[in-house]
Amino acid sequence: MIPRPFEYHAPQTLSEAFALLGAHGDTAKLLAGGHSLLPMMKLRFAQPEHLIDLGRLAELKGIREENGAIWIGAMTTENELIWSALLQTRCPLIVEGARQIADPQVRYRGTLGGDLSHGDPGNDHPALMVALDASFVLQGAAGERVVPADGFFVGTYATLLEPDEILTGIRIPMPPPGTGYCYAKLKRKTGDFATAAAAVTLRLAGGNVEHARIALTNVGDTVIRATDAEHALVGKPFDARALDEAARLAMAACNPVADLRGDVDYKRAMAGEMTRRALGTAYERAANPARP
Amino acid sequence: MASKTMVSFSLNGSEVDVVVEPRELLIHTLREKCQHTGPHIGCETSHCGACTVDFNGMSVKSCTLLTVQAQGAEVRTVEGLAEGGTLHALQEGFMQEHGLQCGFCTPGMLMRAYRLLQENPDPTEAEIRYWMAGNLCRCTGYQNIVKAVQYAARKLRGEAAETSHPLIEAGAAHAH
Repeated sequence: MIPRPFEYHAPQTLSEAFALLGAHGDTAKLLAGGHSLLPMMKLRFAQPEHLIDLGRLAELKGIREENGAIWIGAMTTENELIWSALLQTRCPLIVEGARQIADPQVRYRGTLGGDLSHGDPGNDHPALMVALDASFVLQGAAGERVVPADGFFVGTYATLLEPDEILTGIRIPMPPPGTGYCYAKLKRKTGDFATAAAAVTLRLAGGNVEHARIALTNVGDTVIRATDAEHALVGKPFDARALDEAARLAMAACNPVADLRGDVDYKRAMAGEMTRRALGTAYERAANPARP
Repeated sequence: MASKTMVSFSLNGSEVDVVVEPRELLIHTLREKCQHTGPHIGCETSHCGACTVDFNGMSVKSCTLLTVQAQGAEVRTVEGLAEGGTLHALQEGFMQEHGLQCGFCTPGMLMRAYRLLQENPDPTEAEIRYWMAGNLCRCTGYQNIVKAVQYAARKLRGEAAETSHPLIEAGAAHAH
């Protein structure tokens, strides 16, 4: 319950934040919503000497349309995602996913950027962002670089983010009208991390699958993109045989670890089942775009 | 040891100044420095919600917030719900609908429901359960908490707030 002592910094601008990061190096941690970091500090799994609170940086907040894409500030909270009219109408996968994350109080504090930067395979946003082909804006004191979500996650708690960088924003290509979507998450109870979950975007053209993206949560040391399953679907009719094959290939892509949520076989089977359900719902939504 | 800082925030409408180490959690400041011991601590993994307070218009678990983050904030705890000795509709609802037994989760439940009903004054049962999911209760089985929130919602909307409890209704009818 009691964290180790540390120094607290509340920069008012990004450049102040970079100066603090530069001064304190890897003895510092960025504090966003604090709903992964503080719990780890309370259990003394993490013991940073400096906390740099990004909570006062208004430039890291907001959801807007920008150059035909959606831009979301890294410090945007989960509830802000859920209540965003822009996301509800133009990118409802994020809303559906965020509603399955944690609980109301946690969602008032926890941020999209923090969920991604944490690099926990149990977190849901990595799969949602891979399914949406998002890119992340990583800023350092010297400038910014933009990296795709697919490839950003390199291992458990490990991402492409360098210690002197801050994830400032997320860019999501505007999903074309008629994009089917679904986040199917199996969990033991509200607020739990997934036993297995699948994020899907799907589009149809002329009776065939034109586009499919499948990303799996918590069945490996990082989010897993089920590319073989995607390939098995694209260019073919969406029928029972294609669905069976996609689910089988998604299971083959998994590499779960056994824990209290289940053993390896169970999690792999559930990843297949979540893929099947997410694809089915995404197909229904793509085929009947008028129905929400 | 990190140097201490003074933090000023509004607590139930009164300005308070506290001197804290950066690592001090808001729940500990509220309970130990401000003597507002209604908010409780039921876990150390941010699940139970017994420490829930209203913070700048949000329900937050005060065990997962540093007091230094509260600089300039508006904080409301269960102690600030009643006005002039009159119970808030939620407090009345929890009493009338038997929405508490041991009372340990109740301050957090009340503060969460306080914010919920401002965001959604007419929630369905499913919405109440979904948006109260950050608060655990060991005693009630939640059923009467749902009724308590429904009771308060009706009262806050200006509708007749009748208890669902058949014996109380019968008793009240008998007394007339």
